[in-house]
Amino acid sequence: MGSYVPTTKEERRQMLDFIGLASMDDLYAAVPASMKIDHVNLPDGKSELEVRGMMEEIAGKNRVFPTIFRGAGAYDHYIPSIVKSVVSKETFLTAYTPYQAEISQGILQSIFEFQTMICELTGMDAANASVYDGASAAAEAAAMCRERRRTKTLVSAAAHPMVIRTVQTYCEASGTEVVLVPVKDGKTDSEALVSLLDDSCACFYLQQPNYYGLIEDAAALGELVHQKGAKYMMGINPIAAALLKTPAECGADVAVGEGQPLGMPLSFGGPYLGFMACTQAMMRRLPGRIVGETADTDGERAFVLTLQAREQHIRREKASSNICSNQALCAMTASVYLAAMGARGLREAASQCCSKAHYAAAALKRAGFPLRYQGDFFHEFVTDSPVDAETVLKKLEAYGILGGLPIEGGILWCVTEKNTRAQIDRLAELLKEVSGK
Amino acid sequence: MNLLFETSREGHGCSILPPCDVPVTSLPETELRRKELRLPQLAEVDISRHYSALERRAHGVNNGFYPLGSCTMKYNPKINDEMAALPGFAGIHPLQPAHTVQGCLEVLATAEQYLCEITGMDAMTFQPAAGAHGELTGLLLIKAYHQSRGDTGRTKIIVPDAAHGTNPASAAMAGFTVVNVPSNDKGCVDLEKLRAAVGPDTAGLMLTNPNTVGIFDEAILEITKIVHDAGGLNYYDGANLNAVMGVVRPGDMGFDVIHLNLHKTFSTPHGGGGPGSGPVGCKQLLADFLPLYYAKKAGDGYAFVQPAQSVGSVKAFYGNFLVVVRALAYLFTLGGDGVREAAQNAVLNANYLREKLKDTYEVAFDGICMHEFVLTLEKLKKEQDVSALDVAKTLLDHGIHPPTMYFPLIVHEALMVEPTETESRETLDAAAEIFRSVYEQALRDPQSLHDAPTTAPVRRPDEVAAARNPRLRYQF
Repeated sequence: MGSYVPTTKEERRQMLDFIGLASMDDLYAAVPASMKIDHVNLPDGKSELEVRGMMEEIAGKNRVFPTIFRGAGAYDHYIPSIVKSVVSKETFLTAYTPYQAEISQGILQSIFEFQTMICELTGMDAANASVYDGASAAAEAAAMCRERRRTKTLVSAAAHPMVIRTVQTYCEASGTEVVLVPVKDGKTDSEALVSLLDDSCACFYLQQPNYYGLIEDAAALGELVHQKGAKYMMGINPIAAALLKTPAECGADVAVGEGQPLGMPLSFGGPYLGFMACTQAMMRRLPGRIVGETADTDGERAFVLTLQAREQHIRREKASSNICSNQALCAMTASVYLAAMGARGLREAASQCCSKAHYAAAALKRAGFPLRYQGDFFHEFVTDSPVDAETVLKKLEAYGILGGLPIEGGILWCVTEKNTRAQIDRLAELLKEVSGK
Repeated sequence: MNLLFETSREGHGCSILPPCDVPVTSLPETELRRKELRLPQLAEVDISRHYSALERRAHGVNNGFYPLGSCTMKYNPKINDEMAALPGFAGIHPLQPAHTVQGCLEVLATAEQYLCEITGMDAMTFQPAAGAHGELTGLLLIKAYHQSRGDTGRTKIIVPDAAHGTNPASAAMAGFTVVNVPSNDKGCVDLEKLRAAVGPDTAGLMLTNPNTVGIFDEAILEITKIVHDAGGLNYYDGANLNAVMGVVRPGDMGFDVIHLNLHKTFSTPHGGGGPGSGPVGCKQLLADFLPLYYAKKAGDGYAFVQPAQSVGSVKAFYGNFLVVVRALAYLFTLGGDGVREAAQNAVLNANYLREKLKDTYEVAFDGICMHEFVLTLEKLKKEQDVSALDVAKTLLDHGIHPPTMYFPLIVHEALMVEPTETESRETLDAAAEIFRSVYEQALRDPQSLHDAPTTAPVRRPDEVAAARNPRLRYQF
């Protein structure tokens, strides 16, 4: 059996002696005997070498695709080596929430830097230390916007289905209504939005670019929302943010998003990173940890967890959220990624995503897979499929390619800076074989 | 030290991407951001040194003793991190077809099987990303259960006053009214007050056992029966499972739904505050309500199934998967006996340290403790004006991460000490010596404790000013 208990049997006996007990069982005298078990019905423990073998065998049952054209909420971007190196540092891994500020300046400063970068990406005034992921960030944003008489949350039906589902789950929990704003030609239907906005609406959530990859007219939609006195929440892609109008420029009150593209591997869906930013006016409604700058008793700059009066450990059932942890290591991952890329590098990555996606869309069209929707897109787009999507994907799989995601009878493709021209050409060739064009 | 933005120099940078190999497509001017994006401009060496400097200004389990009560800061085995980084896990897209992710599904299903065995539950979801997230999920299961039976009057969740703050906060988020029940003088549930609190409006009870003062509530079967008899369900906050795993199972104590903290009990690193993982286990009666995407054995392989009356999703995808990978590697390593050994030694270490400290410090509750114990510094505060905070800050100068301060709320000037099983006797002896010397220092020279720490990277920060005039980002 493997073990991480350093004491020997003899030492344990001496320690029991010191306490005045005869056996380990005596430690559990308070546990009613009827409930006790004498063993756990699990396989015997293994050595490190054996465990490695077992885990590698399980990992081997997964298929790692060398070429990926699938996004839909999880994006295959290049991760600079410095990112992995920094976030593997043992102290960053094994520290807990920086409750003791004096010995946690490293963690606190990294979060402060993260908050600054998120403010820069979104154009907003304040950001928190992160939440679980983009979907829960959207749900927490809806809770921020709720007011006594305005409780209804409107969500664009062109948002990611899992984000919609999460917002619904959180809102149902608190007994508030969620209404989907329908999609027209792949984008949020602005007329429908106007007709749904009323005095009971707290907020509207828009995803930019939306689930179909299209760039929404976010500023115009925001204006409609504000005209009816509701708050405007935007969920953005952080890579696209290098190019697109910021949420602040679109009038957003709260900006959130999935931070996974900023240096986190695909990881079968997690851990990812939810980022949240807002206007100055909404700052004290942010959930979760927030780091602020202050000075120590010598007047030196120092960072602390701040605005804690919002939080569960102080306010209990009156807290703005129950969230306690954040995704600190993922936030650091994003910071290191953004530092390594710099504004120039991030713009270049975004521009390459956009350029290659457009190159791919044209090639796919020639291969018999035409774009389903008109309109500007970033790095994702939906095509029709001349043959059953599953047949198409099976074919690609045989060549080590993870194709787009089948949705609504078509296919949602994603192209990033990692995909080379040769890969895209190859994809188009294979699709041509399938479609017979 | 400098912020990244202060080290930044115009024109510096890293070389990461090749030139674009397709014609450049530009988006229309009207779509583009006008505001300049100010990110740091740094060479790779600058980034490397910046974070090395930050690392020196932080404290992890690798740096020293970390007896932070209720957080189970046990050692984080390195094999687990290495396994989580395998391309066969880290490189898998969450929306790959099922036949290409059989290994991932096996991880989820196997971890579920192991953890259900340890906790006495029938089914488990890994979607919740942390303990509080698990609490919300578990409470939604309770809510859905009552609603599915047309039992719509059950609107209240009972929470003892010694509970973690997340308990009442989660109950409120799940749309329940919170009923706080005072603890008795032993820090346990007051049975009479509980009996008075339950009724036809009781949806359930949230409880930690061992409780937050580190005591196993002997009346647990009676407690859970009182709630069941009133038609409510029992929720187990798994924060303290490390004390009892392999010895007694929440499922056998009468709990219907639990959350675990893989980042506490199952050795996955805390990451400076996350990512954690807060799986929720339940008895069969709640299994149909679990979140979407439940991994299940199907024929020779595994598949995701959607529980019939699922409460929905609390995040995208299936949870913090790589954290589950780490926990599974840990479970493989320990096996059944190792799980029990870990718990026993966690309790042994706590009692050993408690025994060593009890003549100097006042222990809040008598008797054998579980994996943690609570000291009260009320006397020191009254007589020397030295607070729990002062003692904690002085410990920083000795290389010890202080215990949890001012929790549970029912103990004045509390320090909550949880050594965990991965500390040696030498470490405990040395820590006891330091704790004792700090106490003596408090009697001799109280002012020196107000001045602590003096050797940490910074002195005490002005938290009041930070909250009054929030500066939450760097101003360029």
